[in-house]
Amino acid sequence: MSKYSFIGTEAPRPDAPEKVAGKAVYIQDLVRPGMIYGKIRYSEYAHARIKHIDTTKAEKLPGVNAVITGYDTPEIRIGFIKDNFALKKGKVRQYRDEVAAVAATDPDIAEEAAELIRVEYEEIPGVFSPENALKADAPLVHEEDMRGRPKTDNLVPVPWKFTAGDVEKARQEAAYIAEDHFETPMVQQSCMGTAGCIAEFDLQNNLLIHTKTQIPFLAQNDFNKALVAMGLKGKNTRVVIPTLGGSFGTGLDTHGYEYIAILLAYKTGKPVKIVLNREEEFSFQSPRQSSKTHIIQGCDKDGKLTFRDVRMTLDNGAYTSWGATTPSVMMLPISSIYRVPNIFYETRIVYTNNNYCQAMRGYGNPQAAWALESNLDQLAETAGIDPYELRMINRNIPDDITEMGLMISSCGMKECLEAVADKLDWKEKRRRRPAARGQESEESSESKARGVGMASLFHVGGSGRVYRSDGTGIIMKLDDFGNVGVITGGVEMGQGFDSALVLASAEALGVTPDRVTIISGDTVICPWDVGTHASRGAFTSCNAAIMAAEKVREKLFRMASEHFIPRIQFKLKQRKKKEPALNHTELEIQNIGYVKCEPSDFDMRKNRIFLKEKPDDPFLSLSLEEVLREAHYKEQGTMIVAEAFYDPCNEMLNAKTCRGNLSAAYIFGVQGAEVEVDTETGKVKILQFAAAHDVGRVINQQTIRGQIYGGIFQGVGYALCEEYKTEKGKNLNPNFLDYKILSAPDADFPIHIELIETNDEAGPFGAKGVGEPGLVPTAPAIANAIYDAVGVRIRDLPITPEKVMAAIQKKSGK
Amino acid sequence: MLISFCLNGELKKLNISPNRRVTDLLREDFGLTGTKEGCGTGECGACTILADGEPRLSCLMLAAQLEGKKIVTIEGLSDGQKLHPVQQAFIDYGAVQCGFCSPGMILSAAAFLRQTPEPSRDQIRESISGNLCRCTGYQKIVDALEAAAKIMQEE
Repeated sequence: MSKYSFIGTEAPRPDAPEKVAGKAVYIQDLVRPGMIYGKIRYSEYAHARIKHIDTTKAEKLPGVNAVITGYDTPEIRIGFIKDNFALKKGKVRQYRDEVAAVAATDPDIAEEAAELIRVEYEEIPGVFSPENALKADAPLVHEEDMRGRPKTDNLVPVPWKFTAGDVEKARQEAAYIAEDHFETPMVQQSCMGTAGCIAEFDLQNNLLIHTKTQIPFLAQNDFNKALVAMGLKGKNTRVVIPTLGGSFGTGLDTHGYEYIAILLAYKTGKPVKIVLNREEEFSFQSPRQSSKTHIIQGCDKDGKLTFRDVRMTLDNGAYTSWGATTPSVMMLPISSIYRVPNIFYETRIVYTNNNYCQAMRGYGNPQAAWALESNLDQLAETAGIDPYELRMINRNIPDDITEMGLMISSCGMKECLEAVADKLDWKEKRRRRPAARGQESEESSESKARGVGMASLFHVGGSGRVYRSDGTGIIMKLDDFGNVGVITGGVEMGQGFDSALVLASAEALGVTPDRVTIISGDTVICPWDVGTHASRGAFTSCNAAIMAAEKVREKLFRMASEHFIPRIQFKLKQRKKKEPALNHTELEIQNIGYVKCEPSDFDMRKNRIFLKEKPDDPFLSLSLEEVLREAHYKEQGTMIVAEAFYDPCNEMLNAKTCRGNLSAAYIFGVQGAEVEVDTETGKVKILQFAAAHDVGRVINQQTIRGQIYGGIFQGVGYALCEEYKTEKGKNLNPNFLDYKILSAPDADFPIHIELIETNDEAGPFGAKGVGEPGLVPTAPAIANAIYDAVGVRIRDLPITPEKVMAAIQKKSGK
Repeated sequence: MLISFCLNGELKKLNISPNRRVTDLLREDFGLTGTKEGCGTGECGACTILADGEPRLSCLMLAAQLEGKKIVTIEGLSDGQKLHPVQQAFIDYGAVQCGFCSPGMILSAAAFLRQTPEPSRDQIRESISGNLCRCTGYQKIVDALEAAAKIMQEE
């Protein structure tokens, strides 16, 4: 039996009832008194000089409260390296560029007014791929850098390079080498709830903004800087987060629309709401960046990896978001998945006139895994070793330090590999050669071939020190009914953060989960947190909750040492009046009268405080609320509140060497697919999918599986159908008809999930972060299965039937 | 124009602009914000309501089409005391993540299960094919609906 009461159980989510009843309030649903509506006018060109903006017609439209442009508002710089502006002046660099905005009493009027703005442009040539952008005579997206110094190329000044050992020597000595080129497209996060905010100022010019973000406190910092730029130095921002309709990384940056709402609210003195419609969400928000990767891996004659050389180019788009730091996470698997001594890794991030990109779930890791794990199967084939065996030979192991300085503590990669191989009946299925496989199966006709493939993942599992602090605060506050408010800086965006925090708080404190209420998403009320990213929410906040719970228990037991015995005696006396025959209790009254209780004598479980030595004595326990009332109502009373700040023992990467123990724990996983490829149409059908994830420890069976199922399904979309299409910088598929995310009938294959518990010492109850990894190795697992089935290697996602067909035809020489 | 229809069990008579979208009417005039707008073009299903027991996309409906209809939104699906079995199963089986698609998904499924008491998993998936979800991968939604079907049969 588990030593825990609640950790590892299947528990319903605290946020579910409101959501199923339609009562949860998303930004779309929120109304503020006197609220008006903002609308943004975006660029009509990917790259053009702004000659003139005429707003007179828009201003005259009845119902319009304000019209603003970059020319009549303070300049607000935004973005990771401040190369972006809330409203553009001089030139536009992408279709997404915000040129003007209006606020009006009604959304329809705002839209009409935005269309009445006349902007005169002079189009200039643009660059739409990193290769073209890097040509010597390429037009410059930015003529100047952030400090006003002239720029001579389109490189984003955020270079990433990591080297270990001697790759060139290892390459010459390797017994087998596999080299190839892999690409991933831009994809869109596709949150079901689109982005939006409501900005308003109080009479002292402090800002209140309800907004869809994952980083309330970093957003507060960003917005406070905007207030300074607006001449409101010393004023403060309160960020409040409504229920989030998904986020998937979209909330890791602050966005143009938020600053525009702020400018409009300041100008009008009214709350201004901007909610993007679906087309705007697609066309004018940031997708996951595309990548082009050149990779070489080599091994010795026994299959031991000897080197890895990865050179990557990322399309940044026109401005720089925090997405420019995704190579720091790509670097983890590139340097450290499987044990490899010699590594070269370099990433160039290139400005183009495409819409600027940002991070999405996985933070660069899906792009890295696509190249690494596809190429590893190529190496396995070259070396004549089974891909599973090659992975097993080179697997990561517990208590290892990688070349990058990542200190692996727990590691269940071996168990994950075994579990997936077992589920897929790997050895038996791989034994049959691809050509024969289709015919052997009864369900398959001759035109259908089956194959199995797998891929592994390596990701941060103990947060990631991307910022100087990796901290998170928790406040626990108990009322006199024994209810616990857990106030957190973390953000529930659908992933199940609240549910994990409820169970961890209940377990650590000794109360039942129904006593715990999570309060989050308000920078005035909640303690500071660096943001909900890097799969860190549960890992950091549950660790903080354990620390805070310990303090609460100390205070409670101090109270108990004072009040417990008198209260027990009083209760027994009362009871004896009613039941004079209670002999046992008389004894107890005499006995405990002599016992002096110390705080350390007490324990609490499931809302009852009792003496550790007599945990089962029904007379010697008090309810939590009885003790709390003593605390509140006695003279010179006290209250039970505790706070804790947890900052994991991890390191920022050294800026020069890119070395450092980025995370306090690492998460491993293996996914495998069995596919059937129709050789006449190129269509790929997934027959079954297996995923084994080393999660440290399961906090909530329900939500952890939900995260992995959901991740896999996003990964399947990434593998087979999702592509954010552009032509000369313009998004061509800004809707769910043309941008296909998977629907329920696509989920017609069984997914087996195996959760490997390795009990990491740094994790809360041993748990590691699990939010992102579900989608990391999905695409290469499917691609490897396709190769096994039909012998064609697809190198660029998504794996459409057209690409598979073309590859099959090319292979057969048709 | 004047229209009358039944909204969550109450008769409503009101003067409306006939080309007003039903999504806006429900959300803005009646404050029934459980009806979500995910795309506004009939692709995502978040705005699903029941019209005479059939799932309809309220973002593609004009107010005039409400005339004489019996409309149920997510707020009216339960009897006010107890959640509908589909809602309860969504909670029990972890079919909810961000929750934005849940109201529409639940209404589509509730209508389907009323007509198909013993559905296969394939039929269940087909019944919610017009309701997109980005978070869950649909697995737990299908689990929940399988369970809800059994409970609805027992009731």
